[in-house]
Amino acid sequence: MATEQSTAVDDRRGWDSLRSWDVVVILAVVATAGLGSLAIDGMSSPRFWRFVIIEAIPIALIAMPMTLVIITGEIDLSVASMLGLTCTVMGQMWFLGVTSLPLLIAMCLLLGAALGAVNATFITVFGLPSLAVTIGTLALYRGLAYVVLGDRAVANYPVDWTRQVISPIPRTTIPWLVLVVAVMAVAFGIVLHATPIGRGLYAIGNNVDASTFSGINVARTKFWLFVLTGVVSALAGVYWTLRFASARADNGTGLELSIVAAVLLGGVSIFGGRGGLIGVLAAVVLLGVLRNGLQLAYVPANTLTIVTGALLILSVVGPNVVAMTRQWLRHRRSAAPPVAGA
Amino acid sequence: MTSLGTRPDADAATLASRGATARIAQRWFVARELGIVLALSLLVAVTASANSRFLSAQSIKDLLLGFTILAIVAVGQAVVIITRNVDLSVGSILGLSTFATGSLFLAAPSVPIPIAFVVGTLLGAVCGAVNGALISAARVPALVVTLGTLYVFRGIDYTWAKGRQINAADMPDGFLRLGTATVLGVPVLTLCALAVVMVAGFYLRSYRSGRELYAIGSDPAAARLSGIAVGRRVFAAFVTSGTLAGLAGVLYAARFGTLDANAGLGSELNVVAAVVIGGVAIFGGSGSVYGAALGAVLLTTIGAALPALGVNPFWQRAAVGALLLAAIGLDRALAVRVASRLRGRRARGD
Repeated sequence: MATEQSTAVDDRRGWDSLRSWDVVVILAVVATAGLGSLAIDGMSSPRFWRFVIIEAIPIALIAMPMTLVIITGEIDLSVASMLGLTCTVMGQMWFLGVTSLPLLIAMCLLLGAALGAVNATFITVFGLPSLAVTIGTLALYRGLAYVVLGDRAVANYPVDWTRQVISPIPRTTIPWLVLVVAVMAVAFGIVLHATPIGRGLYAIGNNVDASTFSGINVARTKFWLFVLTGVVSALAGVYWTLRFASARADNGTGLELSIVAAVLLGGVSIFGGRGGLIGVLAAVVLLGVLRNGLQLAYVPANTLTIVTGALLILSVVGPNVVAMTRQWLRHRRSAAPPVAGA
Repeated sequence: MTSLGTRPDADAATLASRGATARIAQRWFVARELGIVLALSLLVAVTASANSRFLSAQSIKDLLLGFTILAIVAVGQAVVIITRNVDLSVGSILGLSTFATGSLFLAAPSVPIPIAFVVGTLLGAVCGAVNGALISAARVPALVVTLGTLYVFRGIDYTWAKGRQINAADMPDGFLRLGTATVLGVPVLTLCALAVVMVAGFYLRSYRSGRELYAIGSDPAAARLSGIAVGRRVFAAFVTSGTLAGLAGVLYAARFGTLDANAGLGSELNVVAAVVIGGVAIFGGSGSVYGAALGAVLLTTIGAALPALGVNPFWQRAAVGALLLAAIGLDRALAVRVASRLRGRRARGD
């Protein structure tokens, strides 16, 4: 969706521009948490962080592959629907008598891979724009979720499963799943920032033709990226089912926009080619802290909606206005007549 | 559109083949809209033959009423998408305008109905102007800005409503009657939508600034270099989209009567789907508002036809998704064919 493709070209080195934005978001997290725990009762308690983390896990999970997808200049809006469809399929299989959790998880991940592969086929094999394709599969997968369960809910899972999923690391209040997310984040971070594959993703996002000519298999890379997004969305779906102990067709409706908002707020350019994982994860935490903190302060959820939207707009308008002002100043200085007598 | 050879000695040939290009393109667009009409007729014919009540007067009236609001918002969305942008905030603008209309009648029951229309539409225009200003002045991507204003406008709506609901009893009778009134059997709201489609279609086709929107969508950089005021046109496109979403909000209030802050919640992707099914390319530069409106009609008709056919209503959403995928796949196939035919002509020196 380029109005102004030319402004997306940045002559700074990738790391310079990216690091500064990461720092801004991290500082925002620290400031929010710090000021919040001074001003709002209960925000410094371990329980507060427990709730922030439990709530942020699915968003953090899906935001990671979404970051890679957006860096290549594509987008996947069907993630929340893949999550919802996985929930219903998992619920239905449990209902039909599949009682082995590993088997259920494996089947769900396979399903996610298949759903991602459908997206990937439309986008990379038929060459259709990912925005349109994934709006289509957003409706299709959510529709199939309703076909699977209708308006029923499957909720009678074994208590250990549902307790396990939010149980804390021994002697802390932090859910152990955060370790899984952390391991995945490290893996994603290494792939994105320290391997040829990751550098290739930036190259694709900056210039598809140039990266094709420099030997990157663009179609294959994007294909596996969408499959990966499907698998991780399915994983988030499993978590969602067990965390709420409920599989319903409307699980996670509208989550795709929250995830995209977090990724963009984290400094990833919607045109691709710019951004990093640290900023995105910091943005996920920032949104989680803000939401839970404001709830603790009895601020109505509506205000939070406004804050989320305003942050998102600020995150893109701010840097642009700074850059434009700087350019204008430079322009004026170079156009100014030489100082008299010099 | 396609750039052909421009050697000075081949001017005449260039002009001739450019005419051919235009004709092929024209035929393609006509075919595209005809395709939706055919699909629509097929759907109606099959449904009517399976369930005779589908074409009863009441059912037709419901159908006509059903697509009005979606069609009006889709026209504004089409104008924006043609310029290679997107407006995700339309659902929130609609909700805000709906609640504003309701609150206006609650606060001043005797306010004339046209004033309510002006207020709701103007509110939409202001929201659209906020989007447009952020996008064209601060030069930020429309997808991000309108995703942000989707939250902001809806948040304002919620804050204002505070969970209240406005009931049909609080609205003047004349206003509610507008929602169901008919002229010669056609609902007034549908005529309203028809007028919007005609005016927008005529403008895009016959006015210089309308054509410039297509030029911007085809290639923003080239449009700027050829002297088109890109920023101003994009701004105007967003104001149009906001205005129409505002108008749709007032019509929503008239049609449903009972309102809360959730009007139009989550409808943005449905609107984009209608526009894309109607043959407007998601990356701008081609398509028409007629197509977008037909896309809206097709989407609503499917919604009504599936239950009439006895299909499990849970299949409806899946059908919409499949249809959208089929539509963009079809567009792609047609575009590839047109491109290869054009290449063939050029090779023959036609």
